[in-house]
Amino acid sequence: MKKFLMGNEAIAWGAMQAGVNLVCGYPGTPSTEILETVAKNNDGSIYVEWSVNEKAALEVAAGASYAGARTMVTMKQVGLNVASDPLMSLAYVGIKGGMIVVSADDPGPISSQTEQDTRHFAQFAKLPVFDPSSPEEAYSMMEAAFALSEKYRTPVLLRPTTRICHGSASMEIADKKTPHPAAGFEKNPNWVIFPKLSYKNHIEIEKRNPQIGHEFSACRFNTIYGSGSWGIATGGISYEYTREVLGDNDVKLLKIATPHPFPEELALEFLEGLTEVLVIEELDPVIERELLILCGKHHLPVTIKGKLTGDVQNAGEYSVESIRTVLHKYIGIPAPRKEESLPALPVRPPVLCAGCPHRASFYAVKQAMKGSKAVFSGDIGCYTLGNAQPLEMVDTCLCMGAGITIAQGLQRVDPDTKHFAFIGDSTFFASGITGCINAVYNNTDITIIILDNSTTAMTGHQPHPGTGKTMMGSISDKISIPAILEAIGIRDVPVLNPMHLKEASNAVKKAAGSKGVSAIIFKYPCIAVAKPLPAFKVSEPDCTGCKICIRTLGCPAISMTENKAFIEPSLCYGCSICAQVCPQKAIKGGSL
Amino acid sequence: MKVNCILSGVGGQGTILASKLISQAAMNKGLTVRTAETIGMAQRGGCVVSHVRIGEDIHSPMVPGHSADIIIGFEPSEAVRCLVYLKDGGVVIVSRKAVMPVTASLGQGSYEASDMLDYLAKHTKNLIIVDGGKICEECGSVKVLNVALLGAACASGGLGITLSEMEASIEETVAPQFTQMNIKALAAGAAAAKKS
Repeated sequence: MKKFLMGNEAIAWGAMQAGVNLVCGYPGTPSTEILETVAKNNDGSIYVEWSVNEKAALEVAAGASYAGARTMVTMKQVGLNVASDPLMSLAYVGIKGGMIVVSADDPGPISSQTEQDTRHFAQFAKLPVFDPSSPEEAYSMMEAAFALSEKYRTPVLLRPTTRICHGSASMEIADKKTPHPAAGFEKNPNWVIFPKLSYKNHIEIEKRNPQIGHEFSACRFNTIYGSGSWGIATGGISYEYTREVLGDNDVKLLKIATPHPFPEELALEFLEGLTEVLVIEELDPVIERELLILCGKHHLPVTIKGKLTGDVQNAGEYSVESIRTVLHKYIGIPAPRKEESLPALPVRPPVLCAGCPHRASFYAVKQAMKGSKAVFSGDIGCYTLGNAQPLEMVDTCLCMGAGITIAQGLQRVDPDTKHFAFIGDSTFFASGITGCINAVYNNTDITIIILDNSTTAMTGHQPHPGTGKTMMGSISDKISIPAILEAIGIRDVPVLNPMHLKEASNAVKKAAGSKGVSAIIFKYPCIAVAKPLPAFKVSEPDCTGCKICIRTLGCPAISMTENKAFIEPSLCYGCSICAQVCPQKAIKGGSL
Repeated sequence: MKVNCILSGVGGQGTILASKLISQAAMNKGLTVRTAETIGMAQRGGCVVSHVRIGEDIHSPMVPGHSADIIIGFEPSEAVRCLVYLKDGGVVIVSRKAVMPVTASLGQGSYEASDMLDYLAKHTKNLIIVDGGKICEECGSVKVLNVALLGAACASGGLGITLSEMEASIEETVAPQFTQMNIKALAAGAAAAKKS
């Protein structure tokens, strides 16, 4: 049947039709829709879960694979860092049922902390990796990846990039799925990792990988087109951009869809008769290095150009234009047009939504600490956007869960400054709890502010342990953040509505003044999961045009029209905080 | 038939649904479609661009520079930002109403919508300005801006999709309780294009 699918949906359909039995993951752009698509189209035969983090997800899938199930784990590239502990060891232990670890890379980066390259992780962990160049190819790779995984009893990586994940294409997909019932777990000493076993398996892996490389040389996803003495080697979305730029120009073109283990024989066939090769690949020079090694190993007189020689940009996303600019220097394609300069255009940094409870929480803490020395460590989620003007309440942000522990390090060096850590509810469950324990155990004076909006907002509102909803549609007991904090030993944690600014601010003052670890939970639902309240309105005669509402809150619903504040009714969620900060009481609505 | 279309706007304006509606309409005609979307952080009030490419032998999901047959601008400055995609003689549909960034209220990056529209008028040959705000008011929802602009795009001929084909796509894609309102917006957008 013909379907119009986003790359992430195509990956999900590919897995479902290959008879995947268990899918788990942790949300992260650009990977999130893969698991959601499986959950949405689940006929009941697949177990699907949002795990508490990527490490948990990978381990759950590993267990199921031990028992013979076909499994898929989904995450973004930085999620693979979290899951790297089980991944590295699992690479030695191996699996039984086919296991695909999808780690979505994000050249640009568009929505990520790093431009890390999962292909390197594959080399590091000595695992096979598939690198699709289109949604259609990602779909076709799923069955092939499961088969390879089972043949060599190893987890296999699939690393789509953002333009594959969030690109859509009309494609032909199969009508039926091939079931793969799991045989069940069989006890065997090989499931227990020990130094002796690792050594033995390491030898096997080093023997096996060249075999897989050999197999990959005949793999239908790796191709050679064209002729001539000058060539291009590429892979992933760069391959499609390159094809687009080349048009009918005949150039010898190597596409690598399985960068590790490298298909050496195919690459040698490509290099035969060439004098120079330009390598076009986003992120790291993985194919480029492999070709250099090959030229060295076989004493080939071929010049390899790419990132390492400074001929292709070594950071950021590629495009048809950026590749055209490079190729113009080598082959007779027209140079990109000189662009006319555009008029000054507005900068649009992403902002907290109108009605977002984080705005109130940040404002309350800011007010409470006015005039005091304080550092605010942030974390990963929508609330990272609290860094923007006018709130400017995020002084550090590193990775999931790091805010709480970074604050502790800062406190050790700057004990006379008050240290705050902000963390969202989903991030708290994913990796915030250990940081809290560390703070209590080591007697650190910090204040933890938990921003509980009852969802995983940034990635599109996934449920988490605090919501009780699961991806199988069942309801579990909600896991209580206050109860966790209390069990850790953080006493008297108030749970407050941040929209009550004064009360919120007073609680912050009190918490900031106490010794040891203190915490406050600001609880109010994300606007996307809550019903809006009636919009607020500016009473024009009362508004003096002082702009205090705008300058203190930066709400996207408020702007100035003819020297008066104006609230766009279609954007206002009736959160009321602008009315609370207005010195003229000129903003009306609700009970104010 | 080969059509390259760019939809540009601000996160939250409904560009993704609009690109879905175009894709569905093209698929219904048996055509091959490729799209690329901005999903993620930029959706929170940042610049968003959807690329829709219809036809055979298309490799890149993103429209190459100077090859868009049509740009659908949800906001004047965002239409200007995407002019690098427009091919010579291509059509630009643009909503008249500016969406100011929060930074503008803080005194940075403010601009006049009319300057942007003037720039578009000077630098393009087929410009259709749609009073999107007015159509939304008439239809009773700010959420129909995307469909109103699609109405103008269909009427312009630049999209290669007729109004009735787009109507069918709306009926398939949009929840039934919103179909009527969207079809009204589609017609209003088309009427606005014919007038301009």
